[in-house]
Amino acid sequence: MLRDITLGQYYQADSVIHRLDPRVKLVATIGFIISLFVVDSWIGYVAAAIFLAFMIKLSKVPFHYMVKGMKAIVFILMITVVFNLFLTPGEPLVSVWKLTITKQGLRTAVMMAVRLSFLIVGSSLMTLTTTPNSLTDGMEKLMNPLKCVKVPVHEIAMMMSIALRFIPILLEETDKIMKAQIARGADFESGNLIKKAKAMVPLLVPLFISAFRRANDLAMAMEARCYRGGEHRTKMKPLCYHAADRAAYCVLLVYFAGCVAIRIWL
Amino acid sequence: MGIIKTDKLTFEYIRRDEEGNVEGITRAVDEVDLDVKQGSFIAILGHNGSGKSTLAKHINAILYPTEGTVWVDGMDTQDEAHLWDIRQEAGMVFQNPDNQIIGQVVEEDVGFGPENMGVPTREIWERVEESLKAVGMYEYRKHSPNKLSGGQKQRVSIAGVIAMHPKCIILDEPTAMLDPNGRKEVIRAVRALNDVEGITVVLITHYMEEIIHADQVFVMDQGHVAMKGSPREIFSRVEELRKLRLDVPQVTLLAHELREEGLKLPEGILTIEEFVEALSRCR
Repeated sequence: MLRDITLGQYYQADSVIHRLDPRVKLVATIGFIISLFVVDSWIGYVAAAIFLAFMIKLSKVPFHYMVKGMKAIVFILMITVVFNLFLTPGEPLVSVWKLTITKQGLRTAVMMAVRLSFLIVGSSLMTLTTTPNSLTDGMEKLMNPLKCVKVPVHEIAMMMSIALRFIPILLEETDKIMKAQIARGADFESGNLIKKAKAMVPLLVPLFISAFRRANDLAMAMEARCYRGGEHRTKMKPLCYHAADRAAYCVLLVYFAGCVAIRIWL
Repeated sequence: MGIIKTDKLTFEYIRRDEEGNVEGITRAVDEVDLDVKQGSFIAILGHNGSGKSTLAKHINAILYPTEGTVWVDGMDTQDEAHLWDIRQEAGMVFQNPDNQIIGQVVEEDVGFGPENMGVPTREIWERVEESLKAVGMYEYRKHSPNKLSGGQKQRVSIAGVIAMHPKCIILDEPTAMLDPNGRKEVIRAVRALNDVEGITVVLITHYMEEIIHADQVFVMDQGHVAMKGSPREIFSRVEELRKLRLDVPQVTLLAHELREEGLKLPEGILTIEEFVEALSRCR
């Protein structure tokens, strides 16, 4: 069971969006998030909604997958809405006891809610259509200029991809250790929070030890296979832009220009 | 000089207690002389702590000798300038398949070595294809390594080494964590490499059945080479092997016991077929 978990939440499908270069998707996501804060009128949001809906349609990812991502932020969303609703000063609309809902408050609350939900849907569209692996690759390539200021870009990317590879292995190991402990009478289920936390100690200690041992083994195996950091390294799957990627950049540019235009003239 | 040669190779490590004080010095490898010919199949046997893994790590320049010298293809492993050449020429496969697979997809893992060596992209793909085919894992190239069996993972690791075009492969107990079927798969793949591709193989193991096909066997005990010879010669010395806490294959053992009881069987029987033939000649 544990072997099958995939990280992030990649949804396997064959679509234009899936086939795009990860860099395009990263840049587009960031661009989209910025655009959400650039526009501040209803027309702007309608434009963003149309853009997003179009992208979702292109990606062939079922809509309920996007909504799944929303569940995690429902709480934050509620807080934001409530605070904006009651604490924005302005022209009062409804007044109950000490709480007053103002016209401006209602407006900002709705806008914030829309903004946040678009933000989440937009970024989950990226994680749903990009494997963690190519996402790492894309980040490495995008952050490449940072090498000039001595940011170990290659190393960060390598660490990320190794972490991704080992998460299922370590999960499986946790499961194994847990079963071994339960077989010897350990109790992970009952008791209050503190008791439960304490019960985790005999689980975490062996897990950490084995993680370090694995790290040591892996480092040796990598060295044995001539790994010596990022220099002299070639890529098996180098990232290069295709026509579709260029077109995607154009679409993004048009959308972003549109957003700016809406902000300025409408 | 052969592809791998060691001269009085000695490796010591310092044991320390919890405060970091020196408790004593352990000689893991003690004056070992090896000379491995290009294209041969060598097996190194020994029980736990006999120094066989330590010896293996010297060939790949992961460890450096305390005394003595190791040459790989004429290059001294202590010579920094040849470090990467040595690691490319002498590939290494480790015991735990999970801890040596780096890629999240089989083909990416096989490509890891060539990527590090700076091989051009197109050639990486060619190498990945040919090495996955050599170990019979080509149809799994798009799979995640997490979903493979132990034997398959180990074959992927071997493919990862072959993709670097090494002259020899050192396998450090590659089958210790596998089930019997996985063990057979891996040993078959290793033999094919030796027979078909002519790659020198150094197989470190404590399973006796795996060394039957070796050209030469070294038995290690407490850092020394205790016995040396062809598998047949080694297996005819059943009593000695037992003293070194090594198991003899069941057929060999049965033949030995029967001989002790007075049957006229030859020494060093390795396979069931041989045994049957020898037995039928006895009558």
